[in-house]
Amino acid sequence: MIDALGSVGSLLLVGGTSDIAVATARRYLQERPLRVVVAARDSDRRSAVVEELRTAGGTVEVVDFDADDPASPARMVAAATAGGDVDVALVAFGQLGDQSQLARDADAVAALAQVNYVAPVVVGTVLAERMRRQGHGTIVALSSVAGERARASNFVYGSTKAGMDAFFSGLADSLVGSGASVLVVRPGFVRSKMTEGLPPAPLATTPEAVAEAIVTGVRKGRHTVWVPGAMRWVMSGLRHAPRAIFRKLPL
Amino acid sequence: MGDEADVRKVLAEARGRGLVARGLARSYGDAAQNAGGHVLDMTGADRVLDVDLAAAEVEVEAGISLDRLMNLFVPLGMFVPVTPGTRYVTVGGAIAADIHGKNHHVAGSFAQHVRWLDLLTADGQVRRVGPAQDPALGADADPDLFWATAGGMGLTGVILRARVRMKPIESSQTLVDTDRTPDLDSLLALLTESDHLYDYSVAWIDCVAKGARMGRSVLTRGRFARRDELPARKQADPLRYSQAVKLSVPDVFPPGLLNLATVSAFNELWYRKAPARKRDQLQSIPTFFHPLDSVGAWNRIYGPRGFVQYQVTVPFGHEETVRRLLERISGSGHASFLAVLKRFGEGNPGMLSYPSPGWTLALDIPVVRGLAALLDELDELVVDVGGRTYLAKDSRVRPEVFERMYPRLEDFRAVRARVDPDGLFTSDLARRLHL
Repeated sequence: MIDALGSVGSLLLVGGTSDIAVATARRYLQERPLRVVVAARDSDRRSAVVEELRTAGGTVEVVDFDADDPASPARMVAAATAGGDVDVALVAFGQLGDQSQLARDADAVAALAQVNYVAPVVVGTVLAERMRRQGHGTIVALSSVAGERARASNFVYGSTKAGMDAFFSGLADSLVGSGASVLVVRPGFVRSKMTEGLPPAPLATTPEAVAEAIVTGVRKGRHTVWVPGAMRWVMSGLRHAPRAIFRKLPL
Repeated sequence: MGDEADVRKVLAEARGRGLVARGLARSYGDAAQNAGGHVLDMTGADRVLDVDLAAAEVEVEAGISLDRLMNLFVPLGMFVPVTPGTRYVTVGGAIAADIHGKNHHVAGSFAQHVRWLDLLTADGQVRRVGPAQDPALGADADPDLFWATAGGMGLTGVILRARVRMKPIESSQTLVDTDRTPDLDSLLALLTESDHLYDYSVAWIDCVAKGARMGRSVLTRGRFARRDELPARKQADPLRYSQAVKLSVPDVFPPGLLNLATVSAFNELWYRKAPARKRDQLQSIPTFFHPLDSVGAWNRIYGPRGFVQYQVTVPFGHEETVRRLLERISGSGHASFLAVLKRFGEGNPGMLSYPSPGWTLALDIPVVRGLAALLDELDELVVDVGGRTYLAKDSRVRPEVFERMYPRLEDFRAVRARVDPDGLFTSDLARRLHL
């Protein structure tokens, strides 16, 4: 239960090994010890994250989650809530994909759509059901500014984010009155392991900045946040730019 | 919600997220909230079932308010045994929170004036339980269940009825002595030396004053007047009881109205306005006991962000900790508009009952950034010397800190496991603190 001063008692990280997920847990742990459930594939990286969050003062639980397995979301949420309510659930998994490969490889497109769209919306559905029953809780969905207007250089990724963004925005409205809520987070270019080796885009940000925006957004009961905040106005402009111009922008 | 049949009906539907009974919902935190589950409004169960004038005892349904008890029984020469700063609480709530009042140092807390209570437990049975084994209450008065229920925040079952020992009074007027003290030391000294001479005692503290004036306060202490102590014009109708006209605060206050500047100004005025020393001032029950009740929805002055109440005890012998708490608060820039200090007497066997021998400090603090960290820090000071926080006020203590504050939490859990193995009775408070 999020308490009267906005402190969170339990946090579920779906895609718990992502840099933003870890940064968010660390940010919450700076304030207070709390229960953190790390849902991810069994890997060395997961063990390292668990160790890191334990050292930071978390009561850490581990739950298996595989975005490629259609049965995984229901099992994962059941296991994650066996030990009590989840106050904040962060849906943080996703892949960038290689656009040059995706342009020619239909199987790769299907796989990316599974990880970036199908799995998140299934997780969102199961989480929403659980939170409706709890009567409280916030789902934080990691979307991307890339979903606001798909561009030639990564439109497959952008389209999956557009779909999941639309899903969670609509889910937010459907949950009004239930006690549960949704925060959609739209970061710009984040310097993380997902974007390793890529040249940073303008207004590039960090996992820590995204974590800060998540914590503040949850505390204030926001529904959508951009990171950095200025991205909101940049994207607003880009969304309305004529196609002939948008297409030629070096994005 | 009224009779047992209603309660049983909800009980049958409450699998899953459970239920908790609610009285007048004056707890400051989440004690009477139950996200996703059921909350039973008990205020419909407000009948008086029996009155014994000779023994000054009343048998009532749990949803009756102390306000109603006063209206009914002050004219008959009986006052509620314990009243908090508001009379808009129910008897069921008073037991569940084991409330205290200005008379704790002589009379203890509310549960100590309860002869027995009827508790509807998870199995649908109604059990009459009392503070000690008593043949009059049947074969087993189950004192453990009584003392888990007193202060148990509604987590053992639904309190349906109780028999309460009232306080005989000759008049509805109190005789009040006021003392102004220039700092904390003089306040604590005065309380230690002469509190036992008064039935009722409480000090208002200026939490903004720093340095040598830190802890300056206005101490008011009193007792009910005997009939022969009233002025002649009041002696004809000594038990006359009426409440002040109720004004209501409109919902127009911006956030941040109560800031350091406004609270400092108010506190200065309040301190100056109080007489340095005054004796035997006649005051009515509402004026002496329930000043805030004369203003409806007073909480609105805190604006939309609201406030939290922070109330803790610090055992005797650790006065230095009281000082450090005040120093941290007055130095933090958080403005506490209402701060009261009182000396507690002995505690009772209630497993989660709050009062314990020592000083109790209660503060209203507007919600601003950084408050969570400050209060967590204060909790550490308190728990390190064996102090504790009051569940009826709490909305933010950390579960592992709470556990250290209440050494009998395990006993409480054992009673709950016995009478409610499936955890049917639960609340947001119970979930937050893993009670």
